[in-house]
Amino acid sequence: MSEANPQQAQHSETEHHIVGPGVYVVILVCLLIGTALTVAASFVDLGVWNPVIALAIATAKATLVVLFFMHVKYSTKLTKLTVIAGIFTFLGLIGMTLSDYISRAWGRW
Amino acid sequence: MSESTAVTHSALAEAGGSHHDDHPPYQRHHFASVEQQADTTNFAMWLFLLTEVMFFGGLFTAYLIMRNWYYPAFVAGSHQLNVIWGTLNTLVLILSSFTMAMGVWCAETRRRRGLIVCLSLTVFLGMCFLGIKTIEYHEKWEKHHIPGIRYSVESFVNPASDPDIAQYHDKPLAPDMAAKTELYFFLYFAMTGMHALHMIIGIAILGYMIARARAGAYTTGHVTFVENFGLYWHFVDIVWIYLFALLYLISRHQ
Repeated sequence: MSEANPQQAQHSETEHHIVGPGVYVVILVCLLIGTALTVAASFVDLGVWNPVIALAIATAKATLVVLFFMHVKYSTKLTKLTVIAGIFTFLGLIGMTLSDYISRAWGRW
Repeated sequence: MSESTAVTHSALAEAGGSHHDDHPPYQRHHFASVEQQADTTNFAMWLFLLTEVMFFGGLFTAYLIMRNWYYPAFVAGSHQLNVIWGTLNTLVLILSSFTMAMGVWCAETRRRRGLIVCLSLTVFLGMCFLGIKTIEYHEKWEKHHIPGIRYSVESFVNPASDPDIAQYHDKPLAPDMAAKTELYFFLYFAMTGMHALHMIIGIAILGYMIARARAGAYTTGHVTFVENFGLYWHFVDIVWIYLFALLYLISRHQ
């Protein structure tokens, strides 16, 4: 490929960001620490905060996976917009479903 | 402008074929450049993943609402899950995501042997995950906790009879609430089962990729397939991160 068209190959190199093993190892360690934290937190009685903390740590871990393992941090604006639009739509659908459930049949759940 | 370029490209390709020298062989003729082709397939993969988010999102929403409705039953049901197996599976899956990411790097830097090793490790870790899941499912089978005609509420109307949950000091549930634990396990099997199905499909595709990588594919500069499969595999990892928190962890003190 590079022999056939060096100019294009060079261009491709600048466009396509390669994430190296160093970043992956750091993210792996962060994910392992996150897992340890969330399991440790589940052994402590925090009342209503148990689910909140578990979901917050899960979201932090998911964000690391999306940004680095899935390369979103280094990808095009179109990809970033797609991911954000997806999360927004998902939260919107959940929010609207829940607002329906909590605004009718009061006292029955 | 790019449209007319593409037309010229394909017209020339049909006419002579000498034009193929201008671009790598894996570039399809309806794309103006390799970058455009890579961006397009990446965008398409993300759109597919968004449909997956909506699919699992429906299950998560059902779980959220049912857990609020039948809270005591869902707490008692959650106590039946083994946190040690769940944690082990989380570690296995995070490691497999790491080996997959390293596989993408090996493909990008044209390391054929490294790519094969990384993909094989990903298959191995995926199998470990499914093996541990099988142990957990088998325990549910033995305790009659699989929804259906063999389902038993014994552990919930009479918690003292079940040594596995002694640490939680659960109070007996009334029979109507205890019956709702079946709903918890229905959602448990639906969510973890669909997740496991995604893993099985992923392992099958990994097998295909290992065979092709051994023949020299993916390390010639054309990494799109490995890269987009990586996105799928990491997505499955993210689903498990949430399943682990919601099914195993959040009900341990209620």
